[in-house]
Parts: sequence; structure tokens; C-alpha cells
Amino acid sequence: MGKIRTPYLLLLPGFGFLFTFFILPILNLAQTSTQTPVGGGDTGQYEQTFRFQNYIDAFLDNKEQFARSFIYAIIATILALMISYPLAYAIAFKAGKYKNFLLVLVVAPFFTSFLLRTVAWKQILGEEGFVVPTLRSLGIISQSTTLTSTSFAVVMGMTYNFLPFMTLPLYASIDRIDPRTLEASGDLYANAFTTFRKVTLPLSMPGVVAGTLLTFIPAAGDYVNASILGSPNTKMIGNVIESRYFKIVDYPTAAALSFTLMAAILILVTIYIRKAGTEELV
Amino acid sequence: MAKKHSLSPEARSIINSRVSRRAVLAGIGGVGAAGALAACGSSGDSASSGNAVRWGNWPLYLDFDSDKKTYPTLDKFTASTGIDVNYLEDYNDNDEFFGKVQAQLKLKQDIGYDLVCPTDWMAARWIRLGYSQKFDAANIPNKVNILDALATPSYDAKREQTLTWQGIMGGFGWNTAKNPKGVHTLDDLFAPQNKGKIIVLTEMRDTIGVILRAQGVDLSTVTEDQFMNGVDFMAKKIADGWIRGVKGNEYAQDLTSGDATAVIGWSGDMFILASENAGKFDFAIPESGGTLSGDNMMIPSTVSAEAKANAEKLINWYYDPAIAAEVAAYVNYLTPVKGAQAEMEKINPDLAKSEYIFPSDATLKNLSVFRALTPAEETKWSEAFQKASGN
Repeated sequence: MGKIRTPYLLLLPGFGFLFTFFILPILNLAQTSTQTPVGGGDTGQYEQTFRFQNYIDAFLDNKEQFARSFIYAIIATILALMISYPLAYAIAFKAGKYKNFLLVLVVAPFFTSFLLRTVAWKQILGEEGFVVPTLRSLGIISQSTTLTSTSFAVVMGMTYNFLPFMTLPLYASIDRIDPRTLEASGDLYANAFTTFRKVTLPLSMPGVVAGTLLTFIPAAGDYVNASILGSPNTKMIGNVIESRYFKIVDYPTAAALSFTLMAAILILVTIYIRKAGTEELV
Repeated sequence: MAKKHSLSPEARSIINSRVSRRAVLAGIGGVGAAGALAACGSSGDSASSGNAVRWGNWPLYLDFDSDKKTYPTLDKFTASTGIDVNYLEDYNDNDEFFGKVQAQLKLKQDIGYDLVCPTDWMAARWIRLGYSQKFDAANIPNKVNILDALATPSYDAKREQTLTWQGIMGGFGWNTAKNPKGVHTLDDLFAPQNKGKIIVLTEMRDTIGVILRAQGVDLSTVTEDQFMNGVDFMAKKIADGWIRGVKGNEYAQDLTSGDATAVIGWSGDMFILASENAGKFDFAIPESGGTLSGDNMMIPSTVSAEAKANAEKLINWYYDPAIAAEVAAYVNYLTPVKGAQAEMEKINPDLAKSEYIFPSDATLKNLSVFRALTPAEETKWSEAFQKASGN
């Protein structure tokens, strides 16, 4: 009997933690999402009336920011994949003794705060940084074009900030590929492209799926990049939730938006995993 | 007591947090007679921390001697009155602080502070909810020193339960190279050289306030239609690409990086920018008028009579012109105390001439305070403003 109980007892702290810091807040959020203002009450006073219409109102009111969040997140994920795949491939197969050093370089930006890195981009892309004046003097952008406060800056910021989340899982699965399978492919007269398409890519799919999920999910809910690098025309759903919660003190709408975002991400991710056919991964 | 002062602010805040947690536990323990127990708890607390006034204020908002790690004006207060002060720089955000203490205020339990510093609109909410106490006028004779412009806000028309700690002016800030003639009207702000490089404040009372003043609206009686007109004006300027962003203090970075050339901003920030970058930036109250707001000293409803009297003596202390001048020399916001300018002459004659800290009567006449909003207005108006800002 004691032997059977031990694993469950060991799991208790984990369950306790998840219950307190995940289940309870989620329940609380669910409860808040259907509340309405107390008649004649003060700012921020709400009562439970089970008004599920809150969800429809919240969604219809902010369709634009929802759409923008998913478009930005998808673009950032694709860009991160395009940058990370060759990078991870090179580190895994070509770096030799510099492998660990290069991996440290990939992770190095994480040693500073997310906020600071984003503010740094604002300086880099700013009017008096070196990028804008250089591009202007080369005639690549016009004198009046700016880079900050544009959707370009927001997507670039997201791509950069989530790049290691893409690179590391990709590296992990590419590194595991047995080089002999590539040789075998050559022996069977496959050219480099066919080898990549038929051997490398399929074998690295778990990394691609994990990397895209780890990039896409936080990117869709991100609000830091949009608030630091964007303008009023590039606000994402995270910004709306923040403003509803802290500025307007409209907790029900903020909660309903959070749940809608969660559901939307869940649906998209499920479809994606089905299509990618790597259920065993998740 | 002197020993207590030698502690770092961090250490003191830890000590205080322990005290307040004990008060909470006392409250929880009292089943049935919660009210009575909580009352005991709060008077017990005051006794346990001597007669120290527990003052929660915004960071960097009181003169600080960085060598000795002391607050000189607070030490003088303790020396002259024998009342110790537990100064806590943990009022970081109006909504956050309110969220932290709201439940205890509702249950009439000690919140761990005898003096707090909410911004006008938040002070108005405390008053509406009955969470503050009226001052005993006899303890604050220096109250007469408050600037006329700040003396009659609509949420506390006779200043019976709030007194301004520091005043904040809202007006135009600009890059002098891009705007050689300065920015004095809305037309100057929306001039071609600033297109796409204008930033306005996230504080709607300042941004819309400045716009409305230019439209000839009186902020002390502003109606919903007038406010929404102001919001539409801003939304149009955003849609047409004039306004680059709606931001808090970060606009200062955008001005220095060249991303912004003109802003609707705050006097305190612009003072620092202008003094750090000689000649590069300037600030002025719009010809049509600027906004005036403030953070207010206020005594929570949960404070015991004895602690309240001590807090009032502390408020009175900071309404002494000489003390107010010492604070102003450090914080650079608008000083709400008459006579402080003359005292500043003795400390720092240059600062005494600063329009940022001691605006002239002509400037002061041109500033107005946004009226207090009802809860329903507060929600609806800020929703409209947030939507116009893209949220």
C-alpha cells in the first residue's frame, strides 16, 4: 500500500502549486468574465450576473486587434523559422568545436531583461540610431520614412525576442539526426535538395513544431513589443486586455478577452498539430 | 527613534510589511466581532510602532540625502516634534495601490498607512467611498498657504480631507531645433514639421484637457459631449498620421531619440529633459490654457485618532514654505505652497526663477483642474479614450 501511495505523495507539491496558481486563477477569471457593473457602484465594482454576452461584445469590439495579433504572430513565427532553421542546422552539423560557444550566443540575449532588449530596439531603429540615417543616405528609404511606431518594428521586435525559442528546439532535433541517414540518402542518388526534403526536414519536424508553438503562442498574446515599438495603429489584443484591466478598470471584458484569446490559440494549435501529424510530441 | 531612521528604506519597508501583515491576521482571527477586533488591532499597531506616522508615497518624491541615506526634511520634522515617520516609497501606481488596500478599507481594518498620496482622480474615488478622514483644521494652520489654483478642486472644494503634495502641469514640450518658434497653440503642435512625430499623454485628463482648452471648453464643467469631441479630435489626428503614440513618461525617450519632436507632456519630465540637454527642449503652457493636477496627501479612514493627529502635524510641516522649498529643490515639480519661492531664493536662486516649479501668476491663471467624474463617467470616458488610442 505504502509503495503505491508514494508517487502520489511526491506529486502533491506539484498539484498544490498548479491548483493554487493555475486552477484557482482560471476559475476566478471565468467567474469575473460574466460579471456586470454594480448599479450605482463605484469604478471597478462588479457583481455576478452570468452575462455571457460579455464574450460576444468583447470579441466584436476588438476584432481588429485579434486579427492583428494573429497576423503579426504568424509572420513573426515564419520569419523566426526562416532565420533559425539554417542557424540551428549550421550549429548542429557545421560548427564543430564552436558548437557550445554558438549555443551560448543564441541564449546570451536572455541574460538581459525582455523589456530592456525591446527598448534597445527602439533606440536602434530610432531617428538618431544608426539604421535610419544609413538607410536614408543610401536612398533605400525616403527621408520621411521612419521605422519605429510601425507594424514592421513590432513584427521585427517579436521575431527577435522569440528567436531563441525557435532555435533551441530546432537545434535539439536536428542535432539528433544521424549523419549516416544523410549519407545513405546520397548513396541512393538523392541530390542535396531531395535529401533535405525527404530526410532532414521530416526528421527535424518535432523541432519545427515545438519551435513554432513556443514562438507563436507567446507572440499572439504579447503586448510589450506593440506598446514599445508600435503606434496606436499597431495595438494587439494584449494591449487591449492591459488597458481594459488597468486603465478602464473593466475586469469582466478583460477576463472575457483573455478566455477568447486562450480558446483561439488552443483551436489554432490543435489544427496545426493535426496537420503537422506529430501528436506524439504534445 | 534615531536608530530607526538609520535603517535603509528597504529595511523599513520590510519591518512595516510585517506589522501590517500582523494586523491582517488579527482581523482574520476576530470571528464575530471583526470590527471591534480590527479597531483594537489598529490602535495596537500604532502603539507598537511608537507614534510613527506611516507614510506611503511615490518613489523619488521627497528630498533625499544620498550620502547619508536620510530624508533631511523628515529628520528635521522628527527632531522638532518628536514624532517619528516611517517613510515608505511604495505608492507606485494608483490602481495597484488601491487594489492592495481596498478590501481592508471596506472592512475598516488598518491598511498599514497613516498617510497616502493618491492622484486627484483617485483621491476623488477614496472620498466618494468614504475611505478618507476630514482634517482637524487646528492641526494644519499652514493650510492657508496652498496655491489659489489648487485650493478648490471639485472633489474636495474646501480642501477638508486632501492637500496637494506636488502639482503637475500639463502643456506642450518640444524640440527647439525642429520648432524654433516654440509650440504655444494646437496649430503649432500640429504643424507640418511635427507630422508623425507627436506624442500625447496616456493620462486622458491632460491630453484631452489640453485639446479641450484649445476648443474653449471649461474643464471644471466639461460635459460628455465636449469630452467626446476632444476624443474624436485626437482619434482623427491619429488616423491621419499626425500622432505617433499615446504614452506615459516614456515620451521623454522619444524626444531624446528624435522620434518625437513635439508632445503634450508634464512639467516635471520636461524640466529634467531641458536641464539635461541644455537648449534642446522646452516646455510651455499653451496660450489657450494647460492642465493642473496633483498628488494629494490624504488620511485613510482606518487611521486612529492619535495617528491622525500626528499625520496632520506632518502635513502641516510640509506646508511650511521653507520646508516646501527644500522638497522642491529635489523633486522639481510645481510647489503647491505659497511663499516657497521666497524661501527658494535662499537655497538656490536659479531654481527660484524656474517657471516649472514656481509658475508666475499669469501662468497659474492659465491652468485648470479637470472636474471629478462620476464612476459611470470615469468608465465610459476612459473607454472612449483608450479606444481612440488603439486599445
